[in-house]
Amino acid sequence: MHTKSIKELAEGLRSGEFSSVELTQSFLTRIKQHQSLNCFISVTEDLALHAAKQADGRIAKGDTSLLTGIPIAQKDIFCTQGVKTTCGSKMLDNFVAPYNATVVEKLNAAGAVMLGKLNMDEFAMGSSNETSYYGAVRNPWQTDSVPGGSSGGSAAAVAARLAVCATGTDTGGSIRQPAAHCGITGLKPTYGRVSRYGMIAYASSLDQGGPMARSAADCAVLLQTMAGFDGKDSTSVDLPVPDYQAGLNANLNGLKIGLPKEFFGDGLNSNVAAVIELAIKEYQKLGATVKEVSMPNLKLAIPAYYVIAPAECSANLSRFDGVRFGYRCANPQDLTDLYTRSRGEGFGKEVKRRILMGTYALSAGYYDAYYIKAQKIRRLISEDFKKSLADVDVIMGPVTPSTAFGIGEKIGNPIEMYLSDIYTIAINLAGLPAMSIPAGFAEGKPVGLQVIGNYFAEDKLLNIAHQYQQATDWHQQIPKGFE
Amino acid sequence: MGHHQEHEWETVIGLEIHTQLATQSKIFSGAATAYGAEPNTQACAVDLGLPGVLPVLNGQAVSMAVKFGLAIEAEIAPHSVFARKNYFYPDLPKGYQISQFELPIVGKGHLDIDVDGTTKRIGITRAHLEEDAGKSLHESFHGMSGIDLNRAGTPLLEIVSEPEMRSAKEAVAYMRKIHELVRYLGICDGNMQEGSFRCDANVSVRPKGQEEFGTRAEIKNINSFKFVEKAINHEVERQIELIENGGKVVQETRLYDANKDETRSMRSKEEANDYRYFPDPDLLPVHISEEFKEQIKGQLPELPDAKKLRFKGQYQLDDENAVILTASRQLADYFEALVKESTCEAKLCANWITGDLVAVLNKADLDITQSPVNYQRLAGLLLRISDDTISGKIAKQVFEAMWNSTATADDIIAEKGLKQITDTGAIEAIIDKIIADNPDQVEQYLSGKDKVFGFFVGQVMKDMQGKANPAEVNKMLKIKLK
Repeated sequence: MHTKSIKELAEGLRSGEFSSVELTQSFLTRIKQHQSLNCFISVTEDLALHAAKQADGRIAKGDTSLLTGIPIAQKDIFCTQGVKTTCGSKMLDNFVAPYNATVVEKLNAAGAVMLGKLNMDEFAMGSSNETSYYGAVRNPWQTDSVPGGSSGGSAAAVAARLAVCATGTDTGGSIRQPAAHCGITGLKPTYGRVSRYGMIAYASSLDQGGPMARSAADCAVLLQTMAGFDGKDSTSVDLPVPDYQAGLNANLNGLKIGLPKEFFGDGLNSNVAAVIELAIKEYQKLGATVKEVSMPNLKLAIPAYYVIAPAECSANLSRFDGVRFGYRCANPQDLTDLYTRSRGEGFGKEVKRRILMGTYALSAGYYDAYYIKAQKIRRLISEDFKKSLADVDVIMGPVTPSTAFGIGEKIGNPIEMYLSDIYTIAINLAGLPAMSIPAGFAEGKPVGLQVIGNYFAEDKLLNIAHQYQQATDWHQQIPKGFE
Repeated sequence: MGHHQEHEWETVIGLEIHTQLATQSKIFSGAATAYGAEPNTQACAVDLGLPGVLPVLNGQAVSMAVKFGLAIEAEIAPHSVFARKNYFYPDLPKGYQISQFELPIVGKGHLDIDVDGTTKRIGITRAHLEEDAGKSLHESFHGMSGIDLNRAGTPLLEIVSEPEMRSAKEAVAYMRKIHELVRYLGICDGNMQEGSFRCDANVSVRPKGQEEFGTRAEIKNINSFKFVEKAINHEVERQIELIENGGKVVQETRLYDANKDETRSMRSKEEANDYRYFPDPDLLPVHISEEFKEQIKGQLPELPDAKKLRFKGQYQLDDENAVILTASRQLADYFEALVKESTCEAKLCANWITGDLVAVLNKADLDITQSPVNYQRLAGLLLRISDDTISGKIAKQVFEAMWNSTATADDIIAEKGLKQITDTGAIEAIIDKIIADNPDQVEQYLSGKDKVFGFFVGQVMKDMQGKANPAEVNKMLKIKLK
């Protein structure tokens, strides 16, 4: 059951081949068997079985969507009513959300069965899932490697078939990079496509929730429910959501692909480059043409991101002060002591580093030199994409410069860690949608192909990914020991 | 003020007035804004700053800000931006306040104030929208502090003046004028006890003739007109004394203590927070179209200055009555309704409102909308004065009875038999009797002591329980005493 697509599972549920309770049970069993991957922060077994029973009732009545009765898992950044919501932090280890995020609300309403909450880098700050208070997640393809981050738990759980699909969030690559490292399909939608309400903020102008699944077809089902305007999120965009299933099968004849030369420069591992080149050839076989494009400001993306994201996070994380919820230090002597010790003890090292960077960048006398300048660079990068996307339909390149690195390998070197997001961060700065598609293996570990589209072209991206997945079977590979 | 030895000093004052906007719900959430509820019963997930929540701007607050901007003939920003003002305090749930910094919704405008018979134009630098914080409660928590977040997220319009006021008196006049205006516009209830209208005063002094401003102190959170005047005067005195004794004013924030009538230092410039303002990424810029502005313009009521001018012309009112009657829109409306309903002379209507009615309302701590005597009933009374059914003096009795009942003037006049006696025969008989009873006074009068005439009028009226027509009494007395 755990290797079937959402569509196949929905058919099995409807035909009575198996019930949602049976399906859910089988995934719960797999989760227990593979606890050592450390994918889950919370497994909500009772709630899951209850939801599955209700889903079976709905299916019997014929009141269903494709997601009814399908076991999924939520990144622990989404607030879930009555369920611990930690954001991977000691700060929220005791926090039970009193409300549901809009994404959670929508998936619940569709009848999806939540198995639990997935591990992640603390407050989504990290590229390896090693900054989590709950410990590193292991990559199912090579368990001494990282799964990527920050949605590392999501990617590893889907790759190990511990959930049919999962939600993720992407601020600088946090859906695409772990998807690439774990050999699954992930989509970061256009900024504003998916509501951020109830998704604990890291960098508000960059954060975007999206689907992580085994295939583009499954991502399409998940995104269909996740996407759409939300009156509770002022930055969500009031545009109709297209039927993502309907567009999957369009052929790719005449598709114009842009290849930015900056994506294929020095820092790119040659084995990864070889995989990407093969994937591009596959697209040419499917009728696409290829053209070189240029992103002259791409090299500025990482420095600009590491001003803007920390600046926003320095304010976003101020509410974690030990006063109303979350971690509070023992025996505070006075207000300052309460603040400093609660935050000092409750936050991990990387979170503190980013709060400090952001506070510095926003300080009087530095604001213009850092924050304003970074915003200018952000506009330049958007312009680069705009120019390129005027000539081509999509831009392709690698998701990451190398395959998954070893646990412990980069955690002591923040700059090197930050560079692992070099191909993904610019897309967040521009607010564009992008996907990571399994495209092969290098050194025995998965490689992801990145496809970047124009604003609100998620349907196009899903179509492009689906056509590739019809022609290849990289997305169907299962890591050893998880068959 | 004190003994100023070397210089004549000039005071420079600028005010920041915080007006709580009278919206139904908070500026960024759907929670209610009503005052006085049980602590933390009017704070939703957004107001509590829970993880994951997002602000959504209340359109009503924007309309109200634009309304104010148009009323002071200010530039309305076609594009304004909300910013985060970062600081830690327990009553500030998110650790930042959403305010406007570089691009406020209302730009430069102005307001005319009248002080000692002269009109002065005060520049308004800007007005911006922001959210209020909650309240810290320091009593009855056994040495700990309580936090009430009911007020957190209440919309405020902060109105910042130019440093163009030169005395506490001018500052009070300006504050009153803003108070009157926001109530006219219906954007603030103006309740100062509940903190709906409060101000910070920036005060400095400089030798007369010097162009450069002196160092200013900011006096925080003053919530009455009386305190503004006292706080500023006190602060001016303190600064002058300090300088004259060889000291220097330091830039700082001071708190006015009404009980001790003094200001004391809260924090110096060095201790001031670096608020690290930056645009709030959770909120889109606010765009105001010409069309929207026109639409709001169409909703503007007649403003106080225009109304005053019209009242003076249309109703021939003197300055004092015009000022009192236009102090609030509701009072002005009452007056105009009374004139129309009673068909009496406007002056009579004005005098009755500004005299008797306002006096009893003030005594009972009621505003005009709560008046037990509505304009219809008061019109009934004035009509009986105009048609000589009762005298002005009797009318006061009738009014008192009306205040304490729901009866009409006519009912009370009939019930108490207060109808004026115009029967000349009856009046004549009484006059004859009074003259006969008071020969000494008659002699005094006839010897040229005109003042004694009043005595006779008084005696006649007293004898007739005030019901005699005073004009008739006067006329007849004059004839009889010749």
